[in-house]
Amino acid sequence: MSETLTLNFGAAEWFQFFLHYLSLSLLAIGGAIAMIPDMHRFLVDQNFWLTNAQFNASVAIAQAAPGPNVLFIALMGWNVGMNAGGVLQGLLGITLAITGMLIPSSVLTYNAAQWGHRNRNMRAVRAFKQGMAPIVVGLLIATGLILASASGKSLEYWPVWLLAGVSAVICWRTKLHILWLLGAGALLGWFGWI
Amino acid sequence: MSFTLLALQGFGGVLAVVQRELVEKKRWLSQEEFIEDWSVAQIMPGPNVINLALIVGSRYFGLKGAVVGLAGMMAVPLVLVLTLALIYSQFADHPGVAGALRGMGAVASGLILATGIKLISALKTNVLGWRWCTALGLACLVGIVMIRLPLAYVLFGLGGVAFTMTYRRLKP
Repeated sequence: MSETLTLNFGAAEWFQFFLHYLSLSLLAIGGAIAMIPDMHRFLVDQNFWLTNAQFNASVAIAQAAPGPNVLFIALMGWNVGMNAGGVLQGLLGITLAITGMLIPSSVLTYNAAQWGHRNRNMRAVRAFKQGMAPIVVGLLIATGLILASASGKSLEYWPVWLLAGVSAVICWRTKLHILWLLGAGALLGWFGWI
Repeated sequence: MSFTLLALQGFGGVLAVVQRELVEKKRWLSQEEFIEDWSVAQIMPGPNVINLALIVGSRYFGLKGAVVGLAGMMAVPLVLVLTLALIYSQFADHPGVAGALRGMGAVASGLILATGIKLISALKTNVLGWRWCTALGLACLVGIVMIRLPLAYVLFGLGGVAFTMTYRRLKP
């Protein structure tokens, strides 16, 4: 992160930041990952609140760390805040980004889940749940494949594919705790074998 | 409330951890129920793992459960990610850090694959029958991985087809 930004953030800018995440929340069907291009446009290209390097690092760290991927949003809030002054602003950025992103979608999901559970014997509800099941399974496998190819598809990345395949089999067939697997992956990568 | 504990330790991971905790260890959900809840979580806007925490939390403990599930989902991983980010900004130039991130990313993708494979067994009881399940699953896979269609198209397009077919097969 060679480039640094110094921002002058007042209440109006923070409000605008919060509003942007509020509006993205209901659009984020299929996860916040789909919203990355729009966030990049807003934060980096349009407002210059983050450098490109900060943006990419936020996404990469949250993807690799255990925990919901959506935390990259928190990291962006943090980085915007750090650019705007320091730790306090960073914490404010995290709070605004997360609440903005989560409140609208959570309220909707909560109510939909309640409604679906009350009407669980209704034909349409049962049809929806059963019909979506095979698609969701396909989607999960697709997600795994896309993540594995994130560093590149060509043959020179075969160790990445091998590691992904081996960890899939171990997780599928054994009860080994997942943190051990992630730790092993980190070690292999640290020594440059992956 | 036992849910707080679960949320703190078990939920702090990717989807693979959630599936293992909820279905295999705690047995709160069967494989079939998990896949149903996951499809709702997937189609609703918002981050899907978080939606799942909301759905499961609210089913067992009402609004309180939903809020606790959400908080548990965010709190510990948030601290972890922030720490990682701080470390990363200090050592971003060290080649080992980038390598470790890559290694963890590869493992994480393997874990998601394994979750998908495990859930295939939940399709056995599906009214569509295994032929249609395979066809729909493969169509989704091809659409996303090979053609790189936007997720919303796949979900609503294939989802619409699957919904209509299932609706006709279910007895009113």
